[in-house]
Order: sequence, then structure tokens, then C-alpha cells
Amino acid sequence: MSEREAMDFDVVIVGGGPAGLAAAIRLRQLRPEATVCLIEKGSEIGAHIVSGAVIEPRALDELLPDWRTMDSPVKTAVSEEEMYFLTETKGYRIPALDRVMPHLANHGNYVVSLGEVCRWLAGVAEEMGVEIYPGFAGAEVLIENNRVVGVATGDMGITRDGEHGPNYAPGMELRGKYTLFAEGCRGSLTKRVMAHYDLRKGVDPQTYGLGIKEVWEIPPEKHRPGLVMHSFGWPLDDHTYGGSWLYHFGENLVSYGFVTGLDYENTWLSPFDEMQRTKLHPVFRPHFEGGRRLIYGARALSEGGLQSIPRLTFPGGALIGDSAGFLNTPKIKGTHTAMKSGMLAAEAVVEALATERVEPGSFTQRVRNSWLYEELKSARNIRPAFARWGMKAGALYAGVDAMLLRGRAPWTLHYRHADNETLRPASLSEPISYPKPDGKITFDKLSSVFLSNTNHAEDQPVHLHVENMPLWKTVNWDVFRAPESRYCPAGVYEVADQETDPRLVINSQNCVHCKTCDIKDPAQNIDWVTPEGGGGPNYPAGM
Amino acid sequence: MTVLVFVETEAGQVRQASRSAIAAAEKLGDVHALVVGDAAASEAAAAAAAKVPGVAKVLKAGADVLAHDLAEPLADLIVSLAGNYTHLLAASSAIGKNVMPRVAALLDVQPIPDVMAIVDADTFVRPIYAGNALATVKSSDAKKVLTIRAASFDPAPAEGGSAPVEAVNVTVQDTTSRFVSQHTPTSDRPELESARVIVSGGRGLQSGENFHKYLEPLADKLGAAIGASRVAVDSGYVPNDCQVGQTGKIVAPELYIAVGISGAIQHLAGMKDSKVIVAINKDPEAPIVQVADYSLIGDLFEIVPELTAAL
Amino acid sequence: MKILVPVKRVVDYNIKVRVKSDGTGVETAGLKMSMNPFDEIAVEEAVRLREKGAATEVVAVSIGVQQAQDTLRTALAMGADRAILVLTEESPEPLAVAKILKVLVEREKPELAFLGKQAIDDDMNATGQMLAGLLGWPQGTFASKVEIVDGRAEVTREIDGGSETVSLTLPAIVTADLRLNEPRYASLPNIMKAKKKPLETLQGADLGVDLTRRLTTVSVAEPPSRKAGVTVKSVAELVEKLRNEAKVI
Repeated sequence: MSEREAMDFDVVIVGGGPAGLAAAIRLRQLRPEATVCLIEKGSEIGAHIVSGAVIEPRALDELLPDWRTMDSPVKTAVSEEEMYFLTETKGYRIPALDRVMPHLANHGNYVVSLGEVCRWLAGVAEEMGVEIYPGFAGAEVLIENNRVVGVATGDMGITRDGEHGPNYAPGMELRGKYTLFAEGCRGSLTKRVMAHYDLRKGVDPQTYGLGIKEVWEIPPEKHRPGLVMHSFGWPLDDHTYGGSWLYHFGENLVSYGFVTGLDYENTWLSPFDEMQRTKLHPVFRPHFEGGRRLIYGARALSEGGLQSIPRLTFPGGALIGDSAGFLNTPKIKGTHTAMKSGMLAAEAVVEALATERVEPGSFTQRVRNSWLYEELKSARNIRPAFARWGMKAGALYAGVDAMLLRGRAPWTLHYRHADNETLRPASLSEPISYPKPDGKITFDKLSSVFLSNTNHAEDQPVHLHVENMPLWKTVNWDVFRAPESRYCPAGVYEVADQETDPRLVINSQNCVHCKTCDIKDPAQNIDWVTPEGGGGPNYPAGM
Repeated sequence: MTVLVFVETEAGQVRQASRSAIAAAEKLGDVHALVVGDAAASEAAAAAAAKVPGVAKVLKAGADVLAHDLAEPLADLIVSLAGNYTHLLAASSAIGKNVMPRVAALLDVQPIPDVMAIVDADTFVRPIYAGNALATVKSSDAKKVLTIRAASFDPAPAEGGSAPVEAVNVTVQDTTSRFVSQHTPTSDRPELESARVIVSGGRGLQSGENFHKYLEPLADKLGAAIGASRVAVDSGYVPNDCQVGQTGKIVAPELYIAVGISGAIQHLAGMKDSKVIVAINKDPEAPIVQVADYSLIGDLFEIVPELTAAL
Repeated sequence: MKILVPVKRVVDYNIKVRVKSDGTGVETAGLKMSMNPFDEIAVEEAVRLREKGAATEVVAVSIGVQQAQDTLRTALAMGADRAILVLTEESPEPLAVAKILKVLVEREKPELAFLGKQAIDDDMNATGQMLAGLLGWPQGTFASKVEIVDGRAEVTREIDGGSETVSLTLPAIVTADLRLNEPRYASLPNIMKAKKKPLETLQGADLGVDLTRRLTTVSVAEPPSRKAGVTVKSVAELVEKLRNEAKVI
């Protein structure tokens, strides 16, 4: 690969989400002469961002104290808040939310389009001299003498057979004294770095959720800017973690979404259909009537919390944001923690640049000394309580933890299983009957994926590697009846000839880069790697 | 108001697209038709245009420089005739799209291409964003230069009229552009991307032989291109370049006949913009049936020969 | 030989636009913008002509808002030598664009102006022809092949049902159709290098050209949605419907 060009930077950041952008800005604030290069696999910054999002402005206050006087897209303050426990026909509103579920109290927070926030932060970063290159995927970690020395972007113009096409353009080496991985949940390079340096040794397995989101435009007379609603209970059974959100924000926009814990057990469960049918519940349905759906997207998120966070640093770099798993699950917020982790990593890197240390090791200590650690520590037992005792008992524990223990329980609950180990065979799972889409409130996958503006250049290798096809047949099909055809929210996986000769068809062009298959595949037989840069969804403003 | 329509002819007849333009022009005022060509061709074209009901007068411009519809002399000619007309029209054909904007520039007018509907003498509806939105625009220009989308106006009949023909004195002389050659493909089968009709087959055909035996006669009858689903391509029934779908070719013909195709997401993504979709399938629940305008449920091996015979 | 390549910043072709609910237009705020795909093909062909030695310089031009600078940087990364940005309101009409380009042609004196055949936002398919008309130059529209032979441009054009070849004296206008070539990627090293290539900014208002719009948009609507399909009972009924209802055979 000598034909590949290379360029040197002080810091290379992989991923243009809140963590990567906050790190980039902090780096230039602390060390204006540092050269910082940030790459993003989406066609532009924000193209692959999916989040609720209600954000807590704490990290933003620290990063850009003047942000309230800047022209930022952080505008809709939370005004009303409702939390529901749902049965099939009724919704019970949880009273005194700020005492029972204080982690969910959103006073002082904002409803935003996180994609727009990232575009704004990218503008701020570029003005400060950060070089940002969207449309280029980090495809390879460069490791020399056991030190990460940067990443290489993917080759462009490789044909489906792996040959150099007529427009072949080799990738480029972006070499950094330090490299920060800010790929978000289940980053493909992060996965390799974790394996190479054994960063997960001694920590709990990560557990994930799949968030599927829609943005709606509703009639102005129905719009209540700043309204924040959440629900748990129906349609999920007591063993399945998850729930919905619905936020009113912006110009007559509604953000609606549903998170399903990927430690779910029933192989027939379809997160997409759970998300669709929840809209029909009397608590939510009126919000959608008379509106039109504008955008659709999906993304996995790390739910494990403190127990699942790996070692954060390695020679030549660090993991930040949801790549490391900094999401605060009980709060259902990860933006402020992602940003804070990026800022702390930036501080550690600046120190390492000055002292020429191989590993920006002070990052871990800085995290320990910050509110970030306090916050995750006090929240640490809630998600595993749900995993152990189910939704109702988990919620009870969460209330006790919040009101009596105040997050200071002397014990720590652990996760016993990775999400790929929890699925029950098809023969032992109860089939679920989902209602047919009505085309008004609920929709099928095809028309949904269209609203993600997803595209991948045509003639390129399939970026979803099934390592062992016979294993797919004996495990995924024979035992679980192809759960990937149900958990994939983009219709990537289909089974052809089910009666005669079942075969897995992979429509990789539909992939919205949520990473669920990489996480949930029972045999860990699917490896998600970056496709040609610029591919994937193109989420517009509002997402 | 009097309207000038540039008219194209083919094999002694006014082309359908031009007859649609004439139909559109009739909504605006009296219609004068302009035909061009060398002396002989313009004579024949004038005779054809005179027969179209709704044409009040035919202007015949015969000169060697006009033989190949080159934009440069043709635009000069239309501009020289423009004085008496409120609207200048042509079909949204390759020729119309080539020449009319040039005419508009020479008249200092913003042209309005692909008109789908005429609201009034100044106001027109046209597609933007590949037809994903329809814009109604109002022109402040004294003269309007329009091209007409054929599919939006029922064409005027080819026969039945008898308009007078008037010869135009051709003075234009443009030598900057010169015709070299023309090439029309020898294969009768149109290409997938540009075909008006596509007959497409899937797994239901069961073999490559059946593809030839059942689909080709139907496609021949319809002058259609042949497409296939990915399963059919993967199973080796037909070559790769026949594949319609998100990973293959994205098509939008006027008529798409899906034979034995279940309608996997990725296939639907490649053909859902077709104007009329017909599904021939044994499974009434197949996804293709949900998007089809007309579905015929049953055994394709009986239906397809019957359909071929009925056309 | 110098080649002028006008490029337009449009909503990316992967994005499905939506009509604003008040019917005043199409929502374009916050959407990914890219170079018009036909213009990419034009840039590619111009750069290939230079690489073959048939041209000496490729100058990219964009007319519009400040952000069109990004589109020009893409053209530079693909191989254009320098760029000119003419600042105007967003998406001026083809007539105004052609008039501005005429001024630039008179200043730059290229022998070829290479445009995309149409922009994928307003789908006008007019600017190239209009510039040719204003300049009195010959035009080779919808090109699928271009060769410079003995001081003339031999252009193979896509026409209804086939293709034709015309020979144009230079200077001339050529507009690119889809099959002319497959544009190269703007590679990361070339994007980095493009930052250092010259980019000149002019004010459209200073060029002495009347930019007044001739068309006003009364309203924008979504196309009528698909009718629900029907199941027919027989081949005869299908043929009848296709003939008399759908009118497609």
C-alpha cells in the first residue's frame, strides 16, 4: 500500500458527533497551534446522527460559555414533562416525577435536533482551525511498534468483487501523535482497538439498545413546544427493557422514537414493529393525527454504563463518547457525557503533547475526578436491575435507588450476558402478531428507509461480512429463524426461498449504520465494517 | 392570440409529442405550425401538419441548412418569425429542448420547459426535482417560450384537418455547426433505462429457458425491454445488466409488468416510480401486489402466453 | 485551450425533498448540498481533456450564495485549476445565469464552455443553450462523447431513439449528459490540496447584468399520489384497463 498518501497531524479524531467535535474544539482552545484533523463517514457532519434528543447543557456551558448568545440550534427549552406506564389500552401517568425518577427530570434542558447541533459545533470547530473532512470513513487503524499512529481512510472505487474499478482512489493515511476514537456506539475501529489492547478485560460486557426514530411535522394548533413525554410498559413484555419518547420542538416538529434493549429474549420480536405500534396507543396517537412523517432513522446505543466502560486509553490515543460507552441510561442522555468525555480526553492529550507521553493516561483520572464519573456512578445499578428483575421490579428498584439510596448503594449490580447470548430459540419463543401498517400513522420498513435518504455507491463490496454462511444456516435459521430479518430496522436482511433452500440475502445498500447486527447476531458471525465513505443515511435537519 | 408551434414529423406523420404540443397550444389561441427540413422534407412535413385538426396555418421553411434540425439556424428562424406570436411552443423532445432555450435567450425571455398544465396565458405548471414537486409559475415576459410534456396533454389527432400552407422565406445562414452522422441502435429491444415499457421476471419463472420462452414474446409484442429481479440474476436466469433494483438499475417506464416477482424491498426501490405497474403473481399477499396498479393473480405460465396473444 | 465549467450547488441527489406544508416551495433548509451531478460530469470531461493535452486550463465558475464556494472546492479537488464565485441570491434563473456567464466568457475568453445539461433542482435544461444563444456560439447539447479534432469539437449527442454527431467550430458550448463519463472521486489528498488553489469572488451586482426574475412561483404542490391498485380477474380485463384506463398500450 505504498501508493497511499499520508499526512501528519497532532491529533486525529475519528467521528464527527458531539464527543469528537467537543474534543476538537477543546484541543484548539487549550493548544491553538495543535493541528487537529477530524473525519466523518457520513456525507456531511450530522448525516449519521440519531438522537432524541433532550440535552442537558452542562458540558456545553463548560465548552462554550457564551453559547446562549451564539446562533445555536439549541432553542426549545423543556416546558412540560410526562412519564407514562402503558397497558395495552391505558396510560398511567407517573406522579411527582422529579422525586420518583429524578434522573428523568428535565428542567433546564433543551429539545434539539442533535444533527443540527453537530453541524453548528462543526462550524465553530472549523472557525477555530480544526480540519474537518466528512465523506471519509476510517477503515483501518494504523499501529506501529504497538502504538496507534493514526487511521487510514477507506479506498474508494473498489468493485463488488474487490477489484480496483475505473475510479479507484486509494485511501489516505491520517497520522496523528494521538488518535481519538469517537465513532459512537459499537465503532468498527474501536472494536479493533479494544481487541488489540484487550481494553475490555475485567469489565462487564457492554449491553445495548436499538433506538428507532421518526420526525413528524404536525398541525401548529397541536404543537406544544418543549413538551417531553416518555413511556414504558406496553407493548414490551416485562422481560424486555425499553420504551418510547415523544418531544415537541422546533417549528411544528415532533421527535418520536422507541428504544428496545438488545438483551431481549424473544427471537420473534421486531423493534421496528414495536416502535410502529406504540404510536397507535391512545396516549400517543393524537399527537400524530393530521401530521406527516418527514424523517426516519435508527442507531444502537450503549446502555451498560459505568460497569461496562473499558480501559479508556492505549498507547497513542483514547476512546471517547459512546465508543467508550459514556451514555447515562437511566437519564436516557448521552450527549452531555459524550461531550464531557471528549473535553477531558482533549485535556489529557494536550498534557501528553507537552510531555511527549505515549499514552494520554491522565484521561482516566480526569474522568474519575469529574461530574461525569459521579453521574454514572450514581446511575450504575438501575439498568442492570431491569435486566435482572424485569421492567416492573426494575422500575421499583430504580425508585428505591433514587429516593432512599440516592444512587449511593454500597453494591454494584453486574451484567451477566452479552446481548448476543440472550436470544431464545424460535421453538421456545412466543410468536408476536404485529398490526399491518395503516399508511397514515404506521408504516412499513421500505417507505421508512426511503425517509432516511440512505444510499451507498452501487458497485462496492458488501460491508456486512457474514464470516461463515453455513453457520448462519445452522444457527440463525435453524434455531432462531433469522432474527436479523426482524431486528434490522432497515430491511437489510431477507431470507430467500424459506421453504426450499433458505438463503440469506443482504441488501447492504439499505443499511442505516445502526450496528445492531454486529451486536445481536447470536453467533457473532456478522462483522460491520465501514462502506465507502459518504455512504449510509443522509439525515436532514430536524433529525 | 396566435401561437406558433414548432412541429416534428416522422415517416410522413406529425410526431405524437408534437401533436400533444398542438393540443396544448389550442388552449392558448390560434395555432400556427412551423415545419422545417430541406425542400422535399419540408413539403412532406407541411402536408402532414396541415392534416392535424386544430392547426389554422402551416408555415413551411425549406432549406438545406434546416435539414438536420440543428439548433443554431433553427433558433434564428424561429426568432425571425416570433414577432407576431404571444407564445412559442415545441414538444419537450430532444429537438425541442435543444432549440427552444436558445430561442428564448435571443428574445431575452426565460423559457418554461416541460409544461404539464396551462393555468392561463401567463401561468403554467411544470415539474421540478425530478417530478417530486410541481411548481406553478407565472411569467412576466411579453412572449412565452414553452416546451410541452407529451404525457400531460392528449395529442391532437393526426388526420382530419386541412390547414393552408404558407412558405417561409428562409434567410438564416449558420455555419458554426455541422451535422456529421446519426445512429439509431440496430437492436429492436430498447435499453432498460430509457424503455417506455419493461417486462420484468423473477424467481417465479423458475429457469432461464422460461425467461426466453415466456417473457421475450411478450416483450417483442410491446416493444419492451427485459428486466429481472436480483434473485433471477443470482440464479443465473439472465445476465447481470438486466437487474432492476436498488443495487441494479433504477427505472421509471410508463408501463412495468412484473412477472413472478415477489417484490423484495430492493427490487421495489428500483421500479416504484414507474407510471403504471402490473403484477402477475400467484401470491395475492406478495409485496409487489401492494404497489401494483393492476394485479392478476394466478399461474404465470398460463397468463403470460394469453396476454401475449391478446395484445 | 481554456475551458470554462459552470457548476451549480443543488440539494444532493440522494435526498428526497419535500414540499413545504404552506405550498410556497420546496424545503431546502438544512439539507445536504452537493455539486449538480451533470456538472460533475462536465468537470470530469474538462479535466480529462486537459489531461489528454487537448486543453490547457480548466476554470470552474459558480453563481449563487457564499456556500457555493464548497461546490467550487469540489471542482478544484476533481482537477479544475482555479475557480470564480459570483455572489448572487440563491439559484438565479437560467436567463440571468447565462447573462453572467456571458460576461465571464468575455473576460476569460475560453474556447469551450462545458456545462451539465440540466440542474436536478429546477430541471430547467436551459442554461447551456441560452449561453450559446447570447454568445452566438454553436452548441452541442446532451453530449455522450466529445473529441477535439482539428480545431473543431466533435460532439455525439443523445437524441430521441439514438444519437447523432455534430461538428462545431470553436469557441463552442457543450452540455454533458449522463453517459459521457463517470466522474472521479474528489479524493482526500486532492481535497486538502484544493484548499490552496485560487478562488476569486465577484459580486453579481457589479457585473452590469439585469438579474430580475421573469418567473414568479405561484405555488408548489406534491404530485398526485398513486391510486390504490386493483386486482383484475382476467387477461381480457387487464388488456382493457391498460388500453382504456391507463392508456399505456
